[in-house]
Amino acid sequence: MSAPALEIAGLTKRFGGVTAVDGVTFSVGAGEVVALVGHNGAGKTTLVELLSGALHRDAGEVRVNGRAASLRSPREAQLAGVATLHQHLALADNLDATANVFLGHERRTRLGLLDERAMEREARALLDGLSPGFAALREPVALLSGGQRQLVAIARALRLDAKVLLMDEPTAALGPGERARVVELVQRLVAARLAILLVSHDLETALAVAQRIAVMRRGRLVAIRERAELDAASLAALAVG
Amino acid sequence: MLAALAVLWLALAWVSDGVFLSPRNLVNLAVQASAVGVMACGMVLVIAARQIDLSIGSVLGFTGMVIAGLQVQGGLFDAPLPWPAALAAGIALACAIGAWHGAWVAYARLPSFLVTLAGLLVFRGAAWLVSDGRTLAPLDDAYTRIGGGLGGAIGAPATWAIAAAACAAIAAARWRAPLHALPALAALIACAAIANAVPGPDGTSAGAPLPVLVLGAVALGVHGLATRTRFGRHVFAIGGSPIAAELAGIDVRGVTLRAFALLGALSGVAAALTTARLGAATNSMGTQTELAVIAAAVLGGTSLAGGAGSAGGAVLGALWMQSLENGMVLLDVTSALRQVVIGLVLIAAVAADTRARRDAR
Repeated sequence: MSAPALEIAGLTKRFGGVTAVDGVTFSVGAGEVVALVGHNGAGKTTLVELLSGALHRDAGEVRVNGRAASLRSPREAQLAGVATLHQHLALADNLDATANVFLGHERRTRLGLLDERAMEREARALLDGLSPGFAALREPVALLSGGQRQLVAIARALRLDAKVLLMDEPTAALGPGERARVVELVQRLVAARLAILLVSHDLETALAVAQRIAVMRRGRLVAIRERAELDAASLAALAVG
Repeated sequence: MLAALAVLWLALAWVSDGVFLSPRNLVNLAVQASAVGVMACGMVLVIAARQIDLSIGSVLGFTGMVIAGLQVQGGLFDAPLPWPAALAAGIALACAIGAWHGAWVAYARLPSFLVTLAGLLVFRGAAWLVSDGRTLAPLDDAYTRIGGGLGGAIGAPATWAIAAAACAAIAAARWRAPLHALPALAALIACAAIANAVPGPDGTSAGAPLPVLVLGAVALGVHGLATRTRFGRHVFAIGGSPIAAELAGIDVRGVTLRAFALLGALSGVAAALTTARLGAATNSMGTQTELAVIAAAVLGGTSLAGGAGSAGGAVLGALWMQSLENGMVLLDVTSALRQVVIGLVLIAAVAADTRARRDAR
């Protein structure tokens, strides 16, 4: 059997005297969704930042498809195959959807100029795949809805040919109607053999999409269970501790 | 913006009995606006990346002194350099100064306001040190043509040729929507006709002055850079959201440094236009010019919050500032009162613009 898409061993990060992430170990397989739940301050977001290259770990190891990944910068993480859907989506609001999908990895013509036509074509294909009929390719993303903005951010992550997708609070910026769409979207991404680590304090969404659920408390991974072993009450009890 | 400029021009034409709109005055106005316009194009990118550069007036003064000092007898060295070498050295120096400021901002993470405020002092002082405060003159006759003075215009045939080439390029780029290209084509032809309506020293048409052509080339170049290259895209992404740019893997520091270096180089170009026009390098060159440049960029739609702005707007903004100045000079308004009026108009224009943009959202 091949190595899991994402393996984390002994991952640790300290801020002064506080250990925000304390020896966390687990893995996510290709085509698997692991939900990571816990209260605010449990270390979830720090963990995401470590894996996305925004922060650098103090100790521990991370492997992507069996290969060690140092993840020292966002660019390194992207090149290693780890894409991140940030909680606040990390879009440049003044630029349009196409520019955001390709941000930092723009296609160029032979003359070295931006190849807007190729980018628009690819962006349309990607966004159409995620949400048929997505039309607002040339409007500043500031004018889009929360759900549309999220699609743009996901399209960017997918375009990088990611093996692992980190989703940090994907339902936080959405209205209740749009949450169901996220669940559907995650299922579609899993079908494409992506490994997904979904970080959320929204237990309902975690239960709806995950095969396994990991619980963090004060920087430590206190439990990791099969979805089938849990219900809303037992998961809530685990999260509170 | 364009409409406001038209209203201003008509008003100034009315109170000056038409003198303001005479071809000679319009050409004069364009020449006067060139140096500020060139720097404003660079300032657009720096402001769009959420930075500011207060040093450029002093950098203009310093590099102007160096360009002159390298080419006059008894200047910086015993043997004067040919003017093209002096010019190239000056622009390279200005670019290096911009990169120096950019490095402090991007890599040492110091606020650009402070770094370039320091640069304003350093290079104003350095300009004095180049010549112990003396005015450096005379400059090479061939060099002073760049300033648009004697022999500094290209004549009617070349002016029409450039206008025709520019029209052809616009038509080719906009062939899908020819109607949208019409105003630009009309403006180009009008500009060429106005330039050719001014008689030169030999009685024939003077044609387009060199500084205006330099401004046109710079504006076109910066426009292309801003809209067609990765560098430009990244500048605007950083201005829109520095964190998003960083997380997208953009080299935020490198892009910031390059924006400052470009503005520095354009300050060197402006120094050349200024010294060539004066036929000399003086100590006061470029004093407070940074303020006119920032005003031009902001009048031209550059957002001080970052992420928005255009080279074309900056050129219009520079024309706006110069039109006020030029119009009031024609009306014999004292320089003290001119400052008061320009300051007030600036506030009014930015207030109107801010309101218009708030309503548009």
